[in-house]
Amino acid sequence: MNNSALFVSLGGVLASAAPVLFAVIGETISERAGVLNLSMNGMILLSAMGSFAVALSTGSVVLGFLAGALIGALVSLVVVFASLTLLQSQVAVGFVLALLCRDLSYFLGSPIMGQVGPRISQLPIPGLEQIPVLGTILFRQDMMTYLSFILVILAWFFIFKTRPGLTLRGIGERPAAAFVRGANVNRLRYLYAVLGGAIAGLAGPIYSLSVKAGWKGTISGLDGIGWIVLSITIFGGWKPFRAAFGAYLFAFLQWLGLVLQPSLPSVPSQVLQVAPFPLMILTLLFVNIGNAEWVERSLARLPENVRRDIAKVLRAMNATPPAALGVPFEKE
Amino acid sequence: MRDSRATRLLFKVGAILFALIVTTGVLFLAKAQPFAAYKYITLGALGSWDVVTNVFVSWVPLLLATSGLLVTFTVGLWNIGIEGQITLGAIFTTWAMRLLEHSGWNPTLILMLAVLAGMLGGALWAMLAGALKTFGGVNEIFGGLGLNFVATALNIWLIFGPWKRPGVASMSGTIPFDRSLWMPIAQGSSRLTPATLVMAIVGILVVYAMIEGTYFGLRLKAVGKNARSAHILGIPTWQYMMSSFAVCGIFAGVAGAVQVTAVYHRLIPSISSGYGYLGLMVAMLVGYRASLAAPVALFFAALNVGSIQLPIVLKLDSSLAGVLQGTLVLFVVLGQGVRSRILKKTKVKS
Amino acid sequence: MHIELRGITKCFGALRANDNISFAVPPSSIHGILGENGAGKSTLMKILSGFYSPDSGDILLDGKKVRIASPADAIRHGIGMLHQDPLDFPPLKVIDDFILGSKGNLIPNHKSATREFRELAARFGFSIDPESYVDTLTVGERQQLEILRLLWLGARALILDEPTTGISLPQKEKLFATLKKLASEGMTILFVSHKLEDVEALCNKVSVLRQGKLVGSVDPPFATGALVEMMFGKEIALEPKAQLRFGSNVLHIKHVDLEGIRIQIKGLDLQVRAGEVIGLAGMEGSGQTLFLGACAGLAQPVGGSFCLDEDEKDMTGRTYHEFRKHGVAYLPAARLEQALVPGLTLTEHFILSEGMKGLFIDRKKAEALAKSRIQVFNIKGRPDSTVESLSGGNQQRALLALMRDPLKLILVEHPTRGLDIESTIYIWNKLKERCARGTSIIFISADLDEILKYSDRVLVFFAGRVSPPLEASTLSVERLGRLIGGKDWETLETEAAHA
Repeated sequence: MNNSALFVSLGGVLASAAPVLFAVIGETISERAGVLNLSMNGMILLSAMGSFAVALSTGSVVLGFLAGALIGALVSLVVVFASLTLLQSQVAVGFVLALLCRDLSYFLGSPIMGQVGPRISQLPIPGLEQIPVLGTILFRQDMMTYLSFILVILAWFFIFKTRPGLTLRGIGERPAAAFVRGANVNRLRYLYAVLGGAIAGLAGPIYSLSVKAGWKGTISGLDGIGWIVLSITIFGGWKPFRAAFGAYLFAFLQWLGLVLQPSLPSVPSQVLQVAPFPLMILTLLFVNIGNAEWVERSLARLPENVRRDIAKVLRAMNATPPAALGVPFEKE
Repeated sequence: MRDSRATRLLFKVGAILFALIVTTGVLFLAKAQPFAAYKYITLGALGSWDVVTNVFVSWVPLLLATSGLLVTFTVGLWNIGIEGQITLGAIFTTWAMRLLEHSGWNPTLILMLAVLAGMLGGALWAMLAGALKTFGGVNEIFGGLGLNFVATALNIWLIFGPWKRPGVASMSGTIPFDRSLWMPIAQGSSRLTPATLVMAIVGILVVYAMIEGTYFGLRLKAVGKNARSAHILGIPTWQYMMSSFAVCGIFAGVAGAVQVTAVYHRLIPSISSGYGYLGLMVAMLVGYRASLAAPVALFFAALNVGSIQLPIVLKLDSSLAGVLQGTLVLFVVLGQGVRSRILKKTKVKS
Repeated sequence: MHIELRGITKCFGALRANDNISFAVPPSSIHGILGENGAGKSTLMKILSGFYSPDSGDILLDGKKVRIASPADAIRHGIGMLHQDPLDFPPLKVIDDFILGSKGNLIPNHKSATREFRELAARFGFSIDPESYVDTLTVGERQQLEILRLLWLGARALILDEPTTGISLPQKEKLFATLKKLASEGMTILFVSHKLEDVEALCNKVSVLRQGKLVGSVDPPFATGALVEMMFGKEIALEPKAQLRFGSNVLHIKHVDLEGIRIQIKGLDLQVRAGEVIGLAGMEGSGQTLFLGACAGLAQPVGGSFCLDEDEKDMTGRTYHEFRKHGVAYLPAARLEQALVPGLTLTEHFILSEGMKGLFIDRKKAEALAKSRIQVFNIKGRPDSTVESLSGGNQQRALLALMRDPLKLILVEHPTRGLDIESTIYIWNKLKERCARGTSIIFISADLDEILKYSDRVLVFFAGRVSPPLEASTLSVERLGRLIGGKDWETLETEAAHA
């Protein structure tokens, strides 16, 4: 492979990570507010199908994208309504919706399967695309890929630099304290879960109107993406840049799998594509092991200075989720 | 409103009605005739002896998965990793079959050993998720999901690598076993295997008896309802969590073994057929109680089999079954929420 | 700010948590609210800070009647509340925690906020790094952060709920100096506490609550005896205790160090004799729960050793289940959260606690066992009653009935909290029966009469300090009350030195 082809491929990695990024950032926002949206896998499929159907019938990709966001928002609305208003388990409702939306997308999508519809086109940025190497990788993308770069920065800025973002972190960590400081916890949770759902919902049209244009039902290769998104959200430690790193790492490893395929004929592509998962489980293990009871028990008998040092190391590795994730808030 | 059997039933019936209304709406959206669709699903599941046997073929692994999940739900765990456990059960079964297929041993013995190997595979994979949870603090949902992907990868690697068909590897799976090593099929049927039916029925009875009648089951319940109190009462909670994972894994492993020895007679890439996830739905729908699992699983299996024909007769996708199942579970869960909300309000007032 | 309460009443079901409470607090003063646990202090303060609205009664701020709808509304009225467990955000940076909840631009100006934070902190001599994380601060520093934040938001009155629990002595002195300085600048301060020492050192006036009612308000100089009597009611003459003969030592606690979340205990020594009852006195959170848990293997000591029996079997570092096997029973106070399993029946509880062996449950045997225990322990319930359907008294009886026989040591948290007199007497009779058979009991209680009436020896806990074992027969309610409030500890040490 010559260099220019490599750069084009790396550009492709960025583009194929774009939908994952949207979904991961959306989920990160929702979980930051304390709402675990486990429906992600079905939601992405449904929004991919729905937005393609809308774009196909109206001829407008813009309407397609809007439909994708709307579907994401509506699915999240069901999750928050069931969990915050009806106090049912977020895990149960999210899981049911994950399966329901998947089947719904296959069922409703079957008439438009394989049809050729509108898609968004490349939008090279004049001038910048001429920059050697970087131009090819970064600036010959479509609109949504550019937006995905901006989204990460925007989400980071919102969560860590703005006043509402600070409150967002507060309601996920300690809703009781946020309430005392004037936050309407449940209303904000509704807001951010639905907003996060809308952002994640855009992942669907990015697939069906760009990265994997069209709707191909069960062979779309989209089933499973949502579960990956949920894992990357944890991997990302609920921080946009770390999450983006996870998404790019994932897209890169998948691409690497395709590239290495010819040289490793005995290893099927699907195997290389899941290489990140054992890695992810290991990460989760390191991140969580400090919380286990037996660790605490064995630590208690160590000399004080050793104990403090080990505790420090464990704490440094720990990427704890928002403390109130999945826990409904009721003011006394 | 009072909390009684009648109101509970009312909400269940309401959930079914809502699910039917929504599904009918979905059918209208797809410009299909709802009644024709329901008719063909019914015919597809009950129309002939052959399709009825197919329902039972699908019922067996679904009920096995559900039975296992009832055990993990009893102890308060969401064993979402069951898909991977079914897959590992299938892999271990295939492995045992490949080892023994030319041994010249009695086929019944080989099949029994293969099922045992399946149990082992499922249990080991489940205990891996359990160990991650109890010793590593990794939430069983995310650990399980990760292990599902790893199991799928392992499966595909085996099919395309070490166990590939002579000549060319393909998505259609490994080379089928010799007919003598298939689970024996009932006379007058094309697919029904009485041995696996017995496994499923014995399985759910065992789970029912275990949860309702044994000391083990009672301790599982105690841990699931209040782990702290259970600990104070002298129950070693983590051992019980691990055991419940192991039991569920055994059931999942049998489901995988059934898929290999009785349904596909080989290892295929999507060997779990989604029965693990569907089993989670059945368990949710029956409120995590064993008594109704068998009929509800049969109903779900009938929906699955009944909708297979839809693409041919009505040009509708067979995933309609999933839509109906999903809306049903969703409305039952939402209905529970509405009911407890109303109950709480009436309690506050009085 | 001038705060006036008029006839505040608040009920929770049948319980009158606040019953027609009226008093006024002028600006530039520190007003103490004194009372034992459950006297209604917290409810009253939660009404004032907007968590609850009163069933009847009025709140007047600077003479104007106001309705305080929420905690955020309270701070808009200028009332800031400092909770016992500071309501802050441990994973956030100090400066972010400081800003969270303040009004202003979309993008908060970190620079000016940091500057103002530093200025405020300097005014009171606090040294908190605004860039550090809240969870690295001590409780005392987190209180300081909350005080600064409330002042920054414009609080003109501060409510402090048990602020001296879990903070070090220098930090307490710092806090008191700060509060005095604030009061001298015109701040109105309500200081809620059960610690006589603190109230006496700090307050311009003290109101005492008991069982939801205002018993009275006292001006300095405070007579400790009078305050104790107001808090706990009249002193009750105790019946003479039958002198029991104790057996050999059952539990040997040697120089044990314990570390809790907010509390540390150092170098605790105790020998418990067979048949002896030891009462642990002290206000909630003074270390007694941590100690009791450690005696059951539920908390691990970081130093020293626990040994059981005459042969001094070393149990240090063993699990709760090993303690249990060796005849130690633990009865937590939160019955439905920590001791019983809601949803399971009495019979099922007996099956679990007996550790019955076999595969299938022997229902007949279990039911017979349940029936006989229900009868022996006089539990108002059937074998198939779920535990949550029982009344508190019957749940406590069930806990006693669940204990195995024989036992070496019973550890009980609040054996009779929330129970009626009949149940209380019954439960102690049952416990004393065990003692007569050689079982030792260690119990926690907030009820001083209960401590004095049933204990042979008493350990008093105060902020992680533990008194030497005191003979209950030589203790009076007043002396115990003073010790619990942190007074007279010097004389205790000299007594110990003489003994």
